[in-house]
This record gives sequence, C-alpha cells and structure tokens, in this order.
Amino acid sequence: MLKHNLLILGRAVRRCAEPVIEGLIRLCGWSAILLVFAIFLFVFIEAAPVLFGMSAGPEEHFRLNLAEFFASTRWQPTSEIRAGYGILAMLVGTIAVTGLAMLMAVPLGLGAAVYVSEFAGGKLKETLKILIELLAAIPSIVWGFVGYMAVSPAIMAATGAPVGINLLNGGIILALMSVPIIVSVGEDALKAVPDSYREAALALGASRWEIVYKVLFPAAKNGLLAAVLLGVGRAIGETMAVLMATGNAVQIPHSLVDPIRTLTATIAAELGEAVKGDVHYRVLFVIGLVLFAVTFAVNLIAELVVKGIRREGEA
Amino acid sequence: MIEKSEDPEVGRIGNPSYDLFAASPVERRKKITEAVVRWVLAAVTMLLILPVFAILGYLLVKAWPALTPAFILDNPKDYMRAGGIWAPLVGTFFLVLISLLVAAPVGVLAGIYLNEYARDNWFTRTVNLAVMNLAGVPSIVHALFGVGAFVLFAGMGRSLLAASCTLAVMTLPVIITSTREALAAVPMAFREACWNMGASRWQTIRTIVLPNSISGILTGVILQVARAAGETAPILFTGAVFFVPVADHGWAAFFPYGLGDRCMALSMHLFTLSTQVYGVPEEIEYATAVVLIGLVLAVNAAAISLRVFLRTRKKW
Repeated sequence: MLKHNLLILGRAVRRCAEPVIEGLIRLCGWSAILLVFAIFLFVFIEAAPVLFGMSAGPEEHFRLNLAEFFASTRWQPTSEIRAGYGILAMLVGTIAVTGLAMLMAVPLGLGAAVYVSEFAGGKLKETLKILIELLAAIPSIVWGFVGYMAVSPAIMAATGAPVGINLLNGGIILALMSVPIIVSVGEDALKAVPDSYREAALALGASRWEIVYKVLFPAAKNGLLAAVLLGVGRAIGETMAVLMATGNAVQIPHSLVDPIRTLTATIAAELGEAVKGDVHYRVLFVIGLVLFAVTFAVNLIAELVVKGIRREGEA
Repeated sequence: MIEKSEDPEVGRIGNPSYDLFAASPVERRKKITEAVVRWVLAAVTMLLILPVFAILGYLLVKAWPALTPAFILDNPKDYMRAGGIWAPLVGTFFLVLISLLVAAPVGVLAGIYLNEYARDNWFTRTVNLAVMNLAGVPSIVHALFGVGAFVLFAGMGRSLLAASCTLAVMTLPVIITSTREALAAVPMAFREACWNMGASRWQTIRTIVLPNSISGILTGVILQVARAAGETAPILFTGAVFFVPVADHGWAAFFPYGLGDRCMALSMHLFTLSTQVYGVPEEIEYATAVVLIGLVLAVNAAAISLRVFLRTRKKW
C-alpha cells in the first residue's frame, strides 16, 4: 500500500516538475534578450545624469554638450579649471586603427578563407582550420603583450620612430586578432555555395581560380561581407590589446607611427582612476554607450546580411 | 564522316602542332594563373599562421629561464619583481569556476530552449539575434555593465563574485551557440521515436537528446572556460586587483579568496607586470604570458580533440 502511494506521489511530483522545468528553460531561453537590454540599461543608468544634467560640485550644474562631445578633440577630464570632454580624437583613433587593421586583415583573411575552402584538401584543410581556431583563442592581453614587447622594438628598428607603440603596431595586432573570425565566417560562406555551381562552372571549362572569382565571389558576397563586418566589430570592441599596443596618446594621428588612443582603451585606462559618480566617471559610461551602439549596429547589419543569403538560398 | 588524314603525325599525342588534345594558348595561360594563384593563397595562409608560431617560440625562448615548478607554486614577492604566479593562478581558477557555475546551466537551458522548444517565429529570430549581439558586445562594455549591475546595483562590491558574474554574462553566448548546435546534430528521428513511446517533451530531452549530445555540449563549455580564463577587461573593474597577499602554505594557499574578496587573476597580472610595475625581470613577464597562453591553448586543444574524437565515433 505504501509502495503504491509512493508511486502515485512520485508520478504527481513528476507531473508538477515538468512545467517547472519547462518554465525554467523558457526563462533561460529569453536570457539573451534580457541581458542585451540589461547591458544597455545599466550602462545607460550610470551615464544618464551626465546626459540629462547633474550637479557637479556645490554650485555647478553640468550637462554634457553632445555636439562638443563628438566634435571636440579636447579630452581633459581631470582638468580643475576647464574640463574638456571631446572624444573626436579617440573616435578618429578607433576608426584609424580599425581601418588599418582591416586593410591588412581583409585581403589576407579572405585569401586564406578561399585557400582553406577551395584549394586545400583533406588533412591539410583540417589542420589549417584547427590552427586558425587556436589563433582565435589567444587572449587579447597576450596579443597586447606581444605588441608591447615584440612588435614595438621591431617597428622602432624598421621605421626609426621614437616610440614603437603606435597606430601601426595596433593595426598589426588587431589585424592578426580579427583574421581568424574573417577566415572562419568567410569559409562558412564559401562552403554554403552549392556544389552544383562549382560543377557547372567546371563543365564549362573554368579553372579553379575562375570558379572562385567569377562564381563563388558573386554567389557568396553577402557571407563574405558579413565576415568582414564581424571582423570590424571585433576590432572596434577590442580593448586590452589596443590599450597596450597603441601608445595611449589622445591625438589625431598624422602618420602611421603616431601613437593614438581608442574609445575602448580610454575606458579601460581611466575608469579605475575616475571618482565614482562624478562627471568624468559618467562620461566614460557615455563612451560605453557609444561603443555599444556602434558594435550593435555592425553586428546587426552582419546578421541581417547573413539572413539575406539564407532566405535567397531557400528560394 | 571523318576522313582519315594522310599525315601520320595528325592526332599523335604529344605533338604540339598536331595533338587534338594539346592545350591552347588560352588554356596554358589559365593553367599558369591557376598555379600562381594557388601559391599566392598558400603563402597568404602561411603568412597568417607562421608569425604566430614565431611569436609563440619567441615567448617560450624568452620565458625559459623563469619557467620552473617554483614559478608556478610561489606567490609574487618583492612588488612582483620576484617569486611566481600562484596567487593569480588560483584567482583565475576560481573566477573561471564560478563563472562556469553561473553560465553553464543558463547557457545549456537556453540552448535547449532555442533548439527544442522555440518555434520558428519572429520572437525566436529576435532571441537568436540577441545571442549574436551579446557575443559582439565589446569586453569593456561588459565591464561597464558589471560595474553598473553587479558591483553597484546588486551590491556585490568589487569582488570575486561580481567579476565571475561579469565573465559569465560575457561567455554565455559561447555556451548557448554550441549547445544549440550540439542538439541540432541529434537526428529528428530519435525524438520522434521517443514521442511515439508516449514520452513527454522534457522526458525525450532528458533521456534521449541530452545523452546523445552531451559531449558536444561539453565542448562548448570547455571553450567557455578558455575564453573566460584569458579575459582581462571585464574583470579589471569588477573584482580583479593589482595585488592581494596570499598565504604561502597550507590550506589557505588553495582557498585564498572568499566570494566577497577581491582577487588576483593571471591575465590581469600579466597586464600589471608589463605596464604598471617597473623593474620586473623580463623573464617573469614572458613566463607569465607563456603560462596564460599555455593554459588557454591546452583547454582549447582539449575541446578540439573531444570534438574530433566524437566525430569518429558518431553512431548515425
């Protein structure tokens, strides 16, 4: 009798447990959306006072002038007399170092993607894919260390520049860091082109290279674009490597060997020293909002571009 | 009707002026381009991979004098200018462990939701988009989030717990994506067979889907570990600090940090050594970098070999 009761009890528990577990699964499933909102929200909350006006000191009222914020190069957040919060120099620094990195990473990355996908075969292909995956795993702090300790003296020796941690150094390091994602996403895009395209081109007498640039490039252009965009996204958001490799000078670069400062590096370098709750501290969160918005846009475009091909492929 | 030629040389293979199958000038040019392209692309690929080996070799050679067991087991001494990396190493271990405890259940359940429960509608597409975007948020923005949400709002302060939670949020997309892929690899027929036996959705997942995809899920979890171990920016302002005195011997050396304590971390330690402290012997910096990179690569290699092993013994 007891056994029977226990059996019924167990069945009832199980019947109740299932909705609980399913509810939990659903909740976790939504976690990604919740977290993206939460990230925006919490960064926004910390930044809000400076955007909508806050008291800065006993008599002062401070409100960030957005026009000046984006258009001024004067970044003197700790100045006692007249603090300046212009991020133009950092914005230009970020764009310059990302652009330079992409100039190197895109041709190399897409070339390697084509080689891995279309030319290499069998064991070689597998080995190359694993090596590139391992390349992606190297932590950014190690890349920064390499830029700081190894690339820097090499640049000084090669160009005669007084400092080796500069735009060029950051560009090289960022290029090496964003290549793996370009290769792997680009390779996926090429792999997604149906083999019948290749066979049709082969039957018409096309060589392998003709197939690549006359058939595969047009067919996979969206996927390749997404690969480049994801590389750009990674390069813009990279923090520790550029903090160590770019020299941290807030200025608009005039040559490849000028030291620069990026948006990400600014936050990393100054948040530790900023007084919690004051204007400087909150402006750093505003920079965080800018970064969030930019990378969100880049990733969204990349994702929509990929969606575009998927829908074309289904049709 | 083809007339037979009088000339015996016509059609003879290898005779360029008569060979019907000889390459035309266009074809020959094509072949040359093809060979050139192949070599250029191979060179490009090597250009990406060789410098990395060169760099790894360089790091290893520079670090060699300092790489001893004592370096691993000793605490940093004399303002980091001597001693080893025990305290940061243990810190990294606990950061990764706690972030794993937070991120793994949530990530795996989210993966189950996306692959097993979610219908293909706008909401699911939005969730997938959110996963993608979460993976693309810059690490320093994660740090700001960690400061806003965990350190200040949740009142954790700068602590091991806050830093671990920040790492967990950051690495969540890795687990979600790989879990989803591992589940998607289980054939639909397995589920259908189970449903036909009268099993509910959750019973099917628990008894059929999960056992068949557990190794794929593990691969994702291992990759999360590797990523969390190497990250610096998210822990910089949420819990990792420059220096914490840690006991050299005994039980306390293994559990030096409480959940509410600030801790050291290997990645942060490398940053401090190379940019914040002067007069650190070069080989200590290089050795720290080598240990960090060795850890991360070893964990990754484990994940990759697990995946390769799986592929060879898949039953379907």
